[in-house]
Amino acid sequence: MLTRLAGLLLTLLVASVVIYGALYLAPGDPSTLLAGNKATPRTLESIREQWHLDDPFYERYWAWLSGAVRGDLGESFTYKQSVGSLISDRIGTTTLLIAYAFALVLVGGVLLGIVGALRPRAGAGITAVSSVGIAVPSYVAAIVLITVFAVELGWFPVFGDGTGFLDRLWHLTLPAIALALAWNAYVAQLTKAAVHEESLRDHVATARSRGVAEGAIVRRHIVRNALIPITTVLGITIAGLVAGTVVIEQSFNLNGIGSLLVQATSSKDFALVQGISLLLVTIFVVVNVGVDLLNAALDPRLRTERRP
Amino acid sequence: MHGAATAGHREDGVTGPAPTPPAALLSIRALRVDLRAEGELRRVIHDVTLDVAEGESVGLVGESGSGKSMTARAVARLLPEGAVTGGEIVFDGEPVLTLRGAALRRFRRGGIATIFQDPAAHINPVRTIGDHLTEGLRLVRGVDAREAERRAAAMLGEVGIAGGERRLRQHPHELSGGMLQRVMIASVLLDEPRLILADEPTTALDVTTQSEVMALLSELSRERRLAMLYITHDLELAAGVCDRTAVMYAGAVMEVQRSAALNDGPLNPYTAALLAARPRVDARSDRLEAIAGRPRSAFEAPEGCVFADRCPHVEDACVAERQELRPLAGGLVRCRRAEELRGRLGHA
Repeated sequence: MLTRLAGLLLTLLVASVVIYGALYLAPGDPSTLLAGNKATPRTLESIREQWHLDDPFYERYWAWLSGAVRGDLGESFTYKQSVGSLISDRIGTTTLLIAYAFALVLVGGVLLGIVGALRPRAGAGITAVSSVGIAVPSYVAAIVLITVFAVELGWFPVFGDGTGFLDRLWHLTLPAIALALAWNAYVAQLTKAAVHEESLRDHVATARSRGVAEGAIVRRHIVRNALIPITTVLGITIAGLVAGTVVIEQSFNLNGIGSLLVQATSSKDFALVQGISLLLVTIFVVVNVGVDLLNAALDPRLRTERRP
Repeated sequence: MHGAATAGHREDGVTGPAPTPPAALLSIRALRVDLRAEGELRRVIHDVTLDVAEGESVGLVGESGSGKSMTARAVARLLPEGAVTGGEIVFDGEPVLTLRGAALRRFRRGGIATIFQDPAAHINPVRTIGDHLTEGLRLVRGVDAREAERRAAAMLGEVGIAGGERRLRQHPHELSGGMLQRVMIASVLLDEPRLILADEPTTALDVTTQSEVMALLSELSRERRLAMLYITHDLELAAGVCDRTAVMYAGAVMEVQRSAALNDGPLNPYTAALLAARPRVDARSDRLEAIAGRPRSAFEAPEGCVFADRCPHVEDACVAERQELRPLAGGLVRCRRAEELRGRLGHA
């Protein structure tokens, strides 16, 4: 457990160096970007001083990191606002979108996969549909969904994030579907393969030979064991959904972290890009640890301490 | 009888079922099995006829590919999907091969329990030993959890595993192979069967553990007067623990005899060859006798006698026609020259 925690911190530390260093190494003089092309050398000078641009790398990195640990990610120079408050204003929408999409993947992907593995005839259809699902890029899905369900049928709003929980859910339905679609298909395929593999195990034959009812065999010996690979796939899915919000929030004009990152990148708002990147990396690392812990809980072979 | 209906509705070409002796708990008659491989049917069992009486232990011996394990799977109704069967299997007066749905599940919970070759694969690795042991009691017979655990812990003691209560919380990977096979035996006994199908129960174990586990299984089943069909490639071991021994080759039973008689007076040249091929501890020899050629699977066996192409006593007539299993000297043999070779076979 302790080694796992140390590994987590080390990963974050390395990631933070890369995130900070990447922008440091990016071409162009940040002061010119900040002040514009026509700035006088005097203005540039004062900007460089204000943003500590002339300090050595490790000093600036340290100042940034120690701030980040205290929750201060610096100030965005396009918004003239703290990065922390910019993120916290938008994190709700993004979290809800990801949770919504993940719920769809759980119900759609995992359930379809299980049914597909146990009912070969349904399985063929599920494979065909999910192959299409995997192949469709999320922004294409977004356009189709908006055209059909928002513009033509008018069942859902075209864009915006809404106010109040139910209204927000209603606004986020199409984005969540577009975001979940490909992952749904991917999870369905892998779940189907995992469940099928487990259904052929010898211990399943043992249970069958003892006269255990088929439903109990599926629950206790097939799905239970398949949960281990499925958990791993779901971890990858969460990471993928987080990354996918960048495209989806843009497509549906949602005011979330993803669209904030796109704006920050195009305006070279270093502090903002760094803050969001650090947040995303932290999420990935935490999800990974969560998957490890879940797998250890599901698979006794992973949690036995080694004996001499 | 049930047999007539069964035989009529399967296309097995058997003219009328052979009479089943009333004493037999398990009766296998002219069993034939084809498995589907790459779209075509492939024969794995030609003709297996064998009885196991109440309380009797019968060894079924053969080389790999002889069809002995498939016979066990047919009896336990665990043949792979798409398998086609002929002949009949009757357990306790009920034809087994035609059972479906609820009747099949009733049959499985009611009397035959299987001990599999590789306990590590046949016990769910993510569930506890206690789960495995009590599953049959709780899920199939509705015994409540506490009572089931009490019985399971007691049964672990009987199969020689101390600390039952603690063991119930352990997982399979924390136990050795020999221990796991004891757990498997305990789980089978907890289900209170009338017949144990032991499919090479000791093959995956160390030699020293093998004899311990075998002795345990044999003792416990005798104690409870359970019938046992013991499948193995080890002729000597089978003869040592079983009342009668059947020898299989290329998907057919070649000979069935009382175990004591088999060693000294094999009736079939194949049995004699098997006995001769066995390395002996008491007599040092520079070379081992090997049977010429390689073992045949059922689908590649010759047209006439299945052993004809490897038999040292083969004659033209042997190659010409299939041999039937027929009674001789209190046993059963499938060989046209059995009477004439009797007494000349064996390793004397």
